[in-house]
Amino acid sequence: MLRKRIIFTLIYENGFFNQSRNFRLQKVGNIKWLERNYKFKEIAFSLDELIVLNASKKEKNLEEFTKVLNNLVDDVFIPIAAGGGIRTIDDAKLLFKNGADKLVINSILYENRELVKNLVQIYGSQSLVANIDYKKVEGVNRIFINNGTKELNVDFNEYIKEIEELAVGEVYLNSIEKDGTGFGYDIETVSSIDKLGIPLILAGGAGNEKHLEEGLRLENVSAVATANLFNFVGDGLPKSRENILNKGINIARWLKC
Amino acid sequence: MKLVIIDYGMGNIRSVVSAFKYLGIDDIVVSNKYEDIKSADKLLLPGVGSFRKAMSNIKDKNIDKYLEEVVLQDKKPILGICLGMQLLGSFSEEDGSTEGLNYIDMKCKKFSIKDLKVPHVGFNQVNINTNSILFSDFSDKSDFYFTHSYKAEANIDICQSTCVYGDEFIVSYEKDNIIGVQFHPELSQNNGLKLLKNFIKKF
Repeated sequence: MLRKRIIFTLIYENGFFNQSRNFRLQKVGNIKWLERNYKFKEIAFSLDELIVLNASKKEKNLEEFTKVLNNLVDDVFIPIAAGGGIRTIDDAKLLFKNGADKLVINSILYENRELVKNLVQIYGSQSLVANIDYKKVEGVNRIFINNGTKELNVDFNEYIKEIEELAVGEVYLNSIEKDGTGFGYDIETVSSIDKLGIPLILAGGAGNEKHLEEGLRLENVSAVATANLFNFVGDGLPKSRENILNKGINIARWLKC
Repeated sequence: MKLVIIDYGMGNIRSVVSAFKYLGIDDIVVSNKYEDIKSADKLLLPGVGSFRKAMSNIKDKNIDKYLEEVVLQDKKPILGICLGMQLLGSFSEEDGSTEGLNYIDMKCKKFSIKDLKVPHVGFNQVNINTNSILFSDFSDKSDFYFTHSYKAEANIDICQSTCVYGDEFIVSYEKDNIIGVQFHPELSQNNGLKLLKNFIKKF
């Protein structure tokens, strides 16, 4: 049986990893800090996947970002999806070359669909994760691109459908309002969307084990993601995984080290 | 022990390299050159991406000719991972029908079951054949990480393990020195590391 997944998302900006809250970033530490204070490599042994997003707002320094990515790949034996600021085939190439197993794309899903189609053709559907950021505006879910700064004049459900039709591999649905709050996922929205033909990753809001569990129990959710460095620090994640496994939720079991 | 990872310009080679390094393999060469491939003790054919593009890259670089000599004549062990596993087969429907290296009588077809999410992504339970050398000392059901839209169909005599997604299909084979796995051992935590160790030690 196909397992559901627990994913950690690292938010990177200009040399540092960040805690994001409603897309406002708070600097936490660089990669050395992450390893020293967070024992990231150990935590990675309780994760199904890692996502690394470059949220640098002005100049997206891809070179610097790829160095960080390269460092992460050693000793982490799970898939890494990387993204943030992919605008050309060369950007994609660079990330793959530096250890990305998949790409996370966002703004080009709206701004450059030809490029998305090219990426699908070159790297295959399974290599592309479509990140869709949204928040409620006057009670209605609206899509945002460019790090949550640009609102699109499109229908929420229609947009998700269009994205699926681009033949991307997965959808990473992230609530800007819930992002970093630790209040739990936007269960209402995810329960209301039409059934997708591709895996759906739920993101934004997880603050504890219960939230992860709540997301994993939803039938149309294939994976839950958290970017919450503060709430899952230390043995927070390994313990959560163990407890979730013991509750009989369908996630992978691995041999111990 | 010299391990040559065949570079045909697609997908992620970094994670395969770091997995083997972690296992203590020092002599790892990433290359598509004849001298390297010829001098390898073991070969690895990685890959994520489109079958057609991969085959055209392989042919452009004459890798098919080098492999024919080293794998079919010299009988050097080769492990194909994901697309690499499929490329060692006869053909795939991906992106228009394309012929593979044809070492294994196997074809690849798209998942086409109604309401089944494609690609097949994530950890899934592999049903292991007890005769398998690659899975030595594994329990009969173990989780591995998959990410693919096309699945293999082949004769039962090469079939060493299967997985159920929609229906049951082949996820690994071992035919003498030619081994393939549909899943990604380098991305499958300790389960995968142990499997790669078996490839190095037992083939």
